Amino acid sequence: MTETDETNESNIKIQVRGLSKVFGSQPKKALELRNQGKKRPEILEKTGQTLGLSNIDFDVREGELLVIMGLSGSGKSTLIRCLNRLIEPTEGDIIIDGQNIPKLNEKELLECRRRHFSMVFQNFALFPHRTVQENAEYGLEVRGIEKASRVESARNSLKQVGLEGWEDAYPNQLSGGMQQRVGLARALANDSTVMLMDEAFSALDPLIRKDMQQELIELQHRMKKTTIFITHDLDEAISIGDRIILLKDGEIVQSGTPEEILTRPADDYVARFVEGVDMSRVLTATSAMRPVRATARDSDGPRTVLRKMSDNGLDSIYVIGRDRTLLGIVGVDDVDAAAKAGKDTIHELIHDDFPKAGPDEPMNNLFAMFGEKSYPIAIVDDNQRLLGVVVKGAVLEQLAEAGEH
Amino acid sequence: MAIDIPRIPLGDSIEGGLDFLTTNYSVVTRGISRVTQTGISALNDALMWLPEWGLMAIIALICWRVASVRLAIGSVLGLALIWNLGLWDPMIETLTLVVIATFVAVIIALPFGVFAALSDRFYSLIMPVLDFMQTMPAFVYLIPAIPFFGIGSVSAIFATVIFSMPPAIRFTTLGIRQVPKDLIEAADAFGATRSQKLIKIQLPLSLPTIMAGINQTIMLALSMVVIAAMIGADGLGSEVWRAIQRLRPGDGFEAGIAVVILAMLLDRITQAVRKK
Repeated sequence: MTETDETNESNIKIQVRGLSKVFGSQPKKALELRNQGKKRPEILEKTGQTLGLSNIDFDVREGELLVIMGLSGSGKSTLIRCLNRLIEPTEGDIIIDGQNIPKLNEKELLECRRRHFSMVFQNFALFPHRTVQENAEYGLEVRGIEKASRVESARNSLKQVGLEGWEDAYPNQLSGGMQQRVGLARALANDSTVMLMDEAFSALDPLIRKDMQQELIELQHRMKKTTIFITHDLDEAISIGDRIILLKDGEIVQSGTPEEILTRPADDYVARFVEGVDMSRVLTATSAMRPVRATARDSDGPRTVLRKMSDNGLDSIYVIGRDRTLLGIVGVDDVDAAAKAGKDTIHELIHDDFPKAGPDEPMNNLFAMFGEKSYPIAIVDDNQRLLGVVVKGAVLEQLAEAGEH
Repeated sequence: MAIDIPRIPLGDSIEGGLDFLTTNYSVVTRGISRVTQTGISALNDALMWLPEWGLMAIIALICWRVASVRLAIGSVLGLALIWNLGLWDPMIETLTLVVIATFVAVIIALPFGVFAALSDRFYSLIMPVLDFMQTMPAFVYLIPAIPFFGIGSVSAIFATVIFSMPPAIRFTTLGIRQVPKDLIEAADAFGATRSQKLIKIQLPLSLPTIMAGINQTIMLALSMVVIAAMIGADGLGSEVWRAIQRLRPGDGFEAGIAVVILAMLLDRITQAVRKK
């Protein structure tokens, strides 16, 4: 893990504790049964009350994209609506910046919604009587921001989502994908601290959906906006989520990074979910990456390098500079010849005819990279520093392992 | 066959209530009467002051702007026929009554309609009242109108307002209730207050439906204003009324045709406004 992730962990934006929601007129009765260990179907049968959510605990970290995933009826839409109290929670705490949302009075709640939450909806929920521009301005207008500055912010956010020039169109003149961009712009313009996205891409056709996912990831990385994304689609959850929370029957069954969920499903339910996912696309270089056993320094002489290679049983070795930047690779035959010829540097032996990838490279791309010489793939970060290597066997092993689940 | 239990004095108690109102609140009714009468006279005088061709030109222009050239031509032909039949002045009187009655009805109906849309309890309270108002034979309203406001146009307006108001209330309620739930949810999610939701989302989106209600109100008002000739309202209705009393079907039909022309014009114009 990199440094930025660690600092994020300490910055918790929203804390959800013991959140439950009962639909019906006698929530107390239902919760009592729940406390006796009864499950949703039994509670429904005995009391006629539906246990929508039961004892949900989780944290949302500052700047992360958290995906809440589950099938229909799992309570995911209820959960996201409890956060801004579009649905009143029955019990539990939702703490955002020190405020406990369920305890707020009506006025404080309005203020909280305006400051903290903006929402993107499955069916867009654009206002048909307002232009694209006016839709994007809506949140600011409600907050009483003056005209000039809200026009400016709305224009900016429309630009962010690629809708420049469409300001005066009406929503019904746009395609589904463009309408949802307006929805996104409306949420962004508001500059709230948290963005709630309720199945935001589910109504779009697959190609546009992929595009939107990609754009969301880019936007999210650029703006570092804390985002909670609801979906029923595991592929979507995996491709966009920093972390995933899996819901079933109103309870959390597993939470973790996409890889954790894929490689270590908590129970059969999760495992069945995971089955359908194309593992090679999902797993990244990081999961097959190993630490480098030995590296040569560019100041090393041929004999030192030979020694390092024989100590570790290598027939090639990566050469790095002082700040761990990767300079290239040298082969055992070349180094041996140089040593015999009495040379004292390896500079002219270094070549860059070797495969190289970033840590997020999908596994199925790695396969094609192994060349004839079967050098291990060097995994480097943005600054060309060597993070580790991937050998062919490790890729196969990971894929085989993932396939078993 | 007579039943043993005594007859319930329903009519007597209603009469008693009305008497009570007339004797104790005559100040109020007289005030309303004077204001309304002033309004009627002012509008009537203004419309009469315009030369016939002038008003025709204005109406034709409105028709052309909101609807089509065809409607504009139709309006000119229809109004010319009324003029030709010598029914211009009664037509203006009827139009005045319709305009004022509709105005008052809509002013009262809108808040009631909005409130009924937002409160389920008020909704279930007001709906039977509206049913009552609409199904009670229209002439019945004329009877209490006379002790309240005397014979004449003000009584006609009173009865007309009561009779024509229900659709405006119903359609307003319907329009607001029909605004998609997800839009309300979106407004809520962005922290809109109740009045912000109403003004920026619910009312604009229910406008076409409300306009349909107003159209209905105008049509009902027109029919009632004609009937109100029985209590001395001026206008095309009194022409028909006179024709009945003198048994002159020709005159009756002429006035009737003038009512139809006026009705069609008002209907087409409001429909066109609604579709815009």
